[in-house]
Amino acid sequence: MAKRIDVSGLSAYYSSFRAIEDISMAIEPRSVTAFIGPSGCGKSTFLRTLNRMHEVTPGGRVEGKVMLDDENLYGAGIDPVSVRREVGMVFQRPNPFPTMSVFDNVAAGLRLNGSYKKSELGDIVEKSLKGANLWNEVKDRLNKPGSGLSGGQQQRLCIARAIAVEPKVLLMDEPCSALDPISTLAIEDLIGELKERFTIVIVTHNMQQAARVSDRTAFFNLSAVGQPGKLIEIDDTERIFSNPSVQATEDYISGRFG
Amino acid sequence: MSQTVNDRRPSSLQGATLPKWSPYAIAAGSIALGLGISAAAGLDSKIQWGLMAAVFFVAASYGIAAKVEGKRQAKDRVATSLVWVAFLLAVIPLVSLIWETVKRGVKVLDVYFLTHSMGLVTDTEPGGGIYHAILGTLEQVGIATVISVPIGILTAIYLVEYGRGRLAQAVTFFVDVMTGIPSIVAGLFVLSFWIIILDMGYSGFAGAMALTILMLPVIVRSTEEMLKLVPNELREASLALGVPKWRTITKVVLPTSIGGITTGVMLAIARITGETAPVLLLVWGSTFINTDPFDGPQASLPMYIYQQYANSGGSGAAYDRAWAAALTLIAFVMILNLAARGIARWKAPKTGR
Repeated sequence: MAKRIDVSGLSAYYSSFRAIEDISMAIEPRSVTAFIGPSGCGKSTFLRTLNRMHEVTPGGRVEGKVMLDDENLYGAGIDPVSVRREVGMVFQRPNPFPTMSVFDNVAAGLRLNGSYKKSELGDIVEKSLKGANLWNEVKDRLNKPGSGLSGGQQQRLCIARAIAVEPKVLLMDEPCSALDPISTLAIEDLIGELKERFTIVIVTHNMQQAARVSDRTAFFNLSAVGQPGKLIEIDDTERIFSNPSVQATEDYISGRFG
Repeated sequence: MSQTVNDRRPSSLQGATLPKWSPYAIAAGSIALGLGISAAAGLDSKIQWGLMAAVFFVAASYGIAAKVEGKRQAKDRVATSLVWVAFLLAVIPLVSLIWETVKRGVKVLDVYFLTHSMGLVTDTEPGGGIYHAILGTLEQVGIATVISVPIGILTAIYLVEYGRGRLAQAVTFFVDVMTGIPSIVAGLFVLSFWIIILDMGYSGFAGAMALTILMLPVIVRSTEEMLKLVPNELREASLALGVPKWRTITKVVLPTSIGGITTGVMLAIARITGETAPVLLLVWGSTFINTDPFDGPQASLPMYIYQQYANSGGSGAAYDRAWAAALTLIAFVMILNLAARGIARWKAPKTGR
């Protein structure tokens, strides 16, 4: 079920400002790919182009190709709504729906898409919550509001919500940056389990995290403020962190700039 | 003076503080002083001693606090006392209005009054009631609400969720202009269009149309503000699940803001319930019960109050009825407000565990 992503010649714009320029990379299925780089270099923007969330921002525009297996996400006649069902997303700040209970939050994707059988809903919610390692903590309070959980639990609830619709790819935009180390560990463990089933792409500012969870790492950088961000290199995580082929990557990782 | 405080305890974080009861003592002293001066000077106005007391209160708060606590705390106390004075000045007219209305209104307000029309009771006689006016108000306000709530909420959704560029700017501009339309102008507009050009008769519906014009911008504005308060992250979370935009709006954005939207609608209803001018022009008024808002003149509470006052030639019975109707109107608006608060609290996003 996991799918491969092939990006070629991708640029993204905010109105007339070009945020990222000419990015090409391949993202392997059933693996974790981490994006690192200084703030403002376009990691998140690039991530959002992978499920057509970039164009939700007013003025957002994309050029280039993103192939999900053999379909171009930006091809003619592609419905962004269907793309987002295939490519799920977890955001930086936990954002459970405040009007919904824990159960309803997980069921939200299915219910709002109208694509479910009533009898299966309970099972899917349980499976998703178990998949997000949250079931044991919330099984007695499924009908309580989702916003009453702790920050780390809320983030895992959001992951459960994202995997409940069975996407092929899961995008994570700094999923741990608002969490404490213990919740972070829980989510990192979870990422390790989820990669058996999904293609995972994670943006992180935490280099140790990238080294711990990812199989491949991409380094993004920008030459100056106001210039578009670029992909500097992508390689196996081990190689990026031990012996990168570009000097800038080594400088960034060892903390010499950025 | 403040320097002495600083000099006395140069290294301490602790400073002298006035006792907790001091604001009350200062207030009591100021009132006594105000009363004393007005008695001595022989002023018979009830307002002057109060204003004097307010000025003394603010000044004394500053002076005493500056002497004991230092300049910064003194400024703090001045701000606090100004807030209190402003609060009291705002509350006095409100309380006296309600007091006066209740005192005079309860005289004839009973079940008979609420369930009977004026019928053949002439304006100078005692008796009669406001059933026909309550009915008219409910129908006119109800029709105006039914028309303007969907249009207003949909307009606000367009402005917040979809509106880009010229059209949205134009809509925002016209909504702002509509907010400033005096009610008599709305009434005259419907009068010239509906009654003079289209040659329709006076009816509750004509009044409801004018009320709609007044209500619409209030609903658009308040709903817009409420929708803007919904965090963008929730919209993105829903979109990222592959939920279409229209379902995101109906199932995530609206439920999150429904409490605030309801409050806005209720306040808009409260605002138009008291409108007299357009009703006077378009509904014409009647002393009989007319249940059909689409045909023939009706009454309404604010117009009833006006007519009892204006057409009765100073008859005490009519004045009593006017006060009782005013009390009913205030109670009606207050119940709506309480209902709005209840709904807002009930529907507000829950945070409890």
